Amino acid sequence: MAQPADLLYSKEHEWIKVDGDTATVGITDYAQNSLGDIVYVELPKVGASLAQFSSVGVVESVKAVSDLFTPIGGEVTEVNAELENDPALVNREPYAGGWMFKVKLSDGAQTGALLSPADYDKLIAE
Amino acid sequence: MTTETTAAKRTALYDEHVRLGARLIPFGGFDMPVQYSSILKEHEAVRHRAGLFDLSHMGQFILEGENVAQWADALTVNAVSTMKPGQARYNIFTNEQGGALDDVIFYKLPDRWLLVVNASNAGKMWAHLNAHLGQGVKLASLHGRNALVAIQGPKSVEMLAPHVDIDISALKYYFCAEGSVYGKRAVIARTGYTGEDGFELFVDGADAQEIWNALLRDNESGGLIPAGLGARDVLRLEAGMPLYGHELTEEITPVQAGLNWAVKLSKPDFTGKAALEEQVAQDAYPRIVGIVMDGRAPAREGYHVFLGDRLAGEIRSGSIAPSVQNKNIATALVEKEASAPGTPVVVHIRGTAYGATVVPLPFYKRS
Repeated sequence: MAQPADLLYSKEHEWIKVDGDTATVGITDYAQNSLGDIVYVELPKVGASLAQFSSVGVVESVKAVSDLFTPIGGEVTEVNAELENDPALVNREPYAGGWMFKVKLSDGAQTGALLSPADYDKLIAE
Repeated sequence: MTTETTAAKRTALYDEHVRLGARLIPFGGFDMPVQYSSILKEHEAVRHRAGLFDLSHMGQFILEGENVAQWADALTVNAVSTMKPGQARYNIFTNEQGGALDDVIFYKLPDRWLLVVNASNAGKMWAHLNAHLGQGVKLASLHGRNALVAIQGPKSVEMLAPHVDIDISALKYYFCAEGSVYGKRAVIARTGYTGEDGFELFVDGADAQEIWNALLRDNESGGLIPAGLGARDVLRLEAGMPLYGHELTEEITPVQAGLNWAVKLSKPDFTGKAALEEQVAQDAYPRIVGIVMDGRAPAREGYHVFLGDRLAGEIRSGSIAPSVQNKNIATALVEKEASAPGTPVVVHIRGTAYGATVVPLPFYKRS
């Protein structure tokens, strides 16, 4: 399954979309499918300062609680409030309406530690 | 019977689970389907149409002999001697402290008894029963050889009736009969673990695939879908049914679990009776209650429950509950002071306090 080509990926199955000095973060289709029905998402607070690859929230399916990691460091500028009432949006639209939060990048060079779509495809094929 | 080994065993329906794309997890010594499509979709099917479950991992024991009822009465809390042929009854084997060794169902057939025990306790129960075997009681295990297929949901009767040779609409809840399903011998019981109408079919392992596939094929248009252990756990929790290891353990007695209706203290004697009598008389024990979270954060097993600032207990099971307005429900073992329905409590989740309310069980009752 091909990943969206305009995104970068983490080994923890998050994606980011970089737009200038901000980035949008979500979890991949592979991640939502592995988790199953998502029933609760706990996101970082707007204004919080996040270190790259740190645990910043949780994603809960019917059966399990999973940590949410941020693929990139920065300050949270916005969170997806839709997910509070409709967490299953992450299942339905992992790369669109199911986005999780946006950050103002602290260091654009951090994207160098992320995976290309092709590399992420390889990772999940393993 | 062999005891549980580390390598997971396969039920007679394993190949079907793989073919249906199930996600398999080791449970009770077997590789079992936790879900096929989605836990919530499977839950919805069972509440509104029907779901088909493979429960072949559960332990099936056969008891024979003139003393079975009397013998079982001495080892369990509920009445066995008063059962009539064709009856099924929920029961609990207890230890001397009144703790639950396992919760089980006895099925009384004309010439023998079928005893169904939890998969996770099958080895322990086999040893326990053998250690207590008396005169006039013969015990055999069908565990892993026989299969158990359950059809559960409001459309179960209409889906199953055309394919059986007995009048299942006349079979009462918690009754059973010998018959055939698609021409294969079966014990057909109107029992289940979902809070819906439904049937459990005890069949030979060699016949399981044919029956499973035929039921799915013939009821596809009616909306019958395979359902896994994930949906089953949500369904049973909504229906307020205990799951061994959670609401009942060797340390949590049937009285603490709120199962007093199944504890017959009027029986002359049974293992743990004195301890349970004392527990009932003192009425000071921690007990299982229902909890509904105020907000959207799910309560999970092990989370601490507070009454004001005081630790009052812990969550034993928790889930989102599609049949309870999509609220987060849970069971908790709490001290008596925190157990009255309506009591506001606090559940700690990852260091944050969330409001919740104690409610009566069950959370869901079919209309």
